[in-house]
Amino acid sequence: MFWIYLRRELRRRMRQAIFIVLGLALGIGLVITVTSAATGVQNAQAAVLHSLYGVGTDVTVTQPPKQGSGTGLSFGFKQQIKQVRSGQIAAGTKINDNELENTQYGTLTASQLAAVSRQRHITAATGALSLTDITATGTVPALSAGSGTFSSSFTTNTFTVDGVDVARGTPGPLSSATVTAGRNFGAADAMANVALADSGYATAGKLKTGSKVDIGGTSFTIIGIVSVPQGSSPPSLYIPLAKAQRIGATGTAKLTGQVNTIYVSADSAADIPAVQQELAVLLPSSTVTDASDLASQVTGSVGSAASLADNLGKWLSVAVLAAAFGLAILLTMAAVARRVREFGTLKALGWRSRRIVGQVLGESVAIGIAGGAAGVALGYGGAALIGKLAPRLSAITGAPSAPAAASGVAGKLAQQISGATTHTVYVTLTAPVTLGAILLAVVLAVAGGMLAGMFGGWRAVRLRPAAALAKVE
Amino acid sequence: MYRLEGVTKEYGHRAVLALRGVDLELADGEWLAVRGPTGHGKSTLLQIMGGLDRPTRGTVELDGRDLTRMSETGVTKVRARLIGFVFQSFNLVPTLSAAENVETALAPLGVHGAQRRRRAAEALAAVGLADRADHLPSELSGGQQQRTAIARALVKEPAVLLADEPTGNLDEDTRDDIIGLLERVWRERHLTMVMVTHDSVVAARARRTGIMRDGRLTVTATSPDVGALRPGTDAVG
Repeated sequence: MFWIYLRRELRRRMRQAIFIVLGLALGIGLVITVTSAATGVQNAQAAVLHSLYGVGTDVTVTQPPKQGSGTGLSFGFKQQIKQVRSGQIAAGTKINDNELENTQYGTLTASQLAAVSRQRHITAATGALSLTDITATGTVPALSAGSGTFSSSFTTNTFTVDGVDVARGTPGPLSSATVTAGRNFGAADAMANVALADSGYATAGKLKTGSKVDIGGTSFTIIGIVSVPQGSSPPSLYIPLAKAQRIGATGTAKLTGQVNTIYVSADSAADIPAVQQELAVLLPSSTVTDASDLASQVTGSVGSAASLADNLGKWLSVAVLAAAFGLAILLTMAAVARRVREFGTLKALGWRSRRIVGQVLGESVAIGIAGGAAGVALGYGGAALIGKLAPRLSAITGAPSAPAAASGVAGKLAQQISGATTHTVYVTLTAPVTLGAILLAVVLAVAGGMLAGMFGGWRAVRLRPAAALAKVE
Repeated sequence: MYRLEGVTKEYGHRAVLALRGVDLELADGEWLAVRGPTGHGKSTLLQIMGGLDRPTRGTVELDGRDLTRMSETGVTKVRARLIGFVFQSFNLVPTLSAAENVETALAPLGVHGAQRRRRAAEALAAVGLADRADHLPSELSGGQQQRTAIARALVKEPAVLLADEPTGNLDEDTRDDIIGLLERVWRERHLTMVMVTHDSVVAARARRTGIMRDGRLTVTATSPDVGALRPGTDAVG
């Protein structure tokens, strides 16, 4: 009886049912599309963040550059500028200088790294050096020519180099990398002049395994080409940490035994806040960054898309869904109002209120399920459309820029250098429809149907049978 | 057996009295026709007798059970098992066929599937509508719709049939047809029947006749002709 009655009733108000189904489908389709787009954006962000972080890294620890230390500005070139100004280097002297500089961060000592490793909620901690190789070539101009002329007299070439702990792969800069040619570092490479090249840099520089590159004035042999996930901003080259510590410098200060980034794995995702607190106490002047912090630093259209999905998309979905629910409730109540005599008669025949509510609820849930199914189809369509039509998204990632106070020759050069550590990467946006999104749609559809049915059912049984029958007689 | 004592019904804040202390005794198998002007409480009386509404004061006993003291669920069960209703405007579910409409009366009794369909078919055959079982109400004439409604009221084999102006929407020929049908089933099934009507011709067919005026019921007459149609019926005072 239930199914016969349900089927016949839905057939009777087919147009109204289709109207409700379309409303629910629109709302649910939008929810799925927006959820899928948000998932796509999250995937894009995750791809970018993974490359910055490495798989398995939950938190990174860096130290801001010390004021007055010249970090980021005081590479060897500055020394030469001083020498020009003091007359120690004559105008017309040709300069070809290659140095590996710590331009981005302050340094952390081995004992600080060890202390981080000992923290309660930390599984592993690995130190690394994020450095910049700078080559400046040119002829020293006359001193009177001014700073602008001075800087334009030189050509600078920069690329980034990460010093990685070859004994510990994860966490670390290489933890998300895949070796596409040659081999990875081995324990025996700790003090060897060997390097890995990022696949993008290798292609641009026509590097392959066996090629030689100069890093900080030392020749290295490329032993492998590595690829990191799409959306990453990897360094150009990786060298063993011990070699980076030996060659690299912060200004004139050597980096022996020092790192400038600590990659940390927490015991679990739930422990990340505790780890952040522990590190804040242990290293009060350091910058402790987790994925969410880093995500906020990623700018460009990926960030805009994430913001769009999170704000406009979410609220638009909520608004449309609320409107669809409201519409379903109003139309169901209107339909019930037209059936007061019918329900009064059924009560007179001995139908209990819950049977009548169940009937109305059943009809509404059936409409809700149809709306959910249509919504899933619409959602798939919307997600596919995003996949086809969405423009490539850009993600701008980078290290903190040089101090704003930098000016003059050194400032201009520093800007060139810091500019080199900011990367724009392009990510293709996909909108994967997840099982979670479909489940959400089904739950919403059933909830929408039940909500409408409950309101309608409540209205249906509210009247006493005599009153229901009197409505028409 | 029905027993009504001091049944009073007030409506609204102004306490409009629809029924004023109605007393009535009705033996099993009796047919009472209630006449009276519009708005004098005939339908209210029928609804209270059928448990569709509750009196403000007084008691309504059916086979010794006081409907006014029963829970809503209890009264619903009594309606489902013992009381059949026939309405002036038929009140068929427009989306269901004649057979399915009849089946709606069996649904609350937990009669399932084939048995429900069989009993519905028999009930429709009993009112002469076997060939209209699959028709929607909109495809039936007024008389056929009322026959369907009667089949729906009788399919559960109730003890009581309450009919509110069952011929009010029908032409004369159809009226006679329907009254003939009701009279036949009343006689065959030993039903207790209460029928509200404006029609003196219809009322004249009942065993007893009551007049409802200003919420008061006066049983005024007994029709010997109709009583004679039903052998074995005791005279009721």
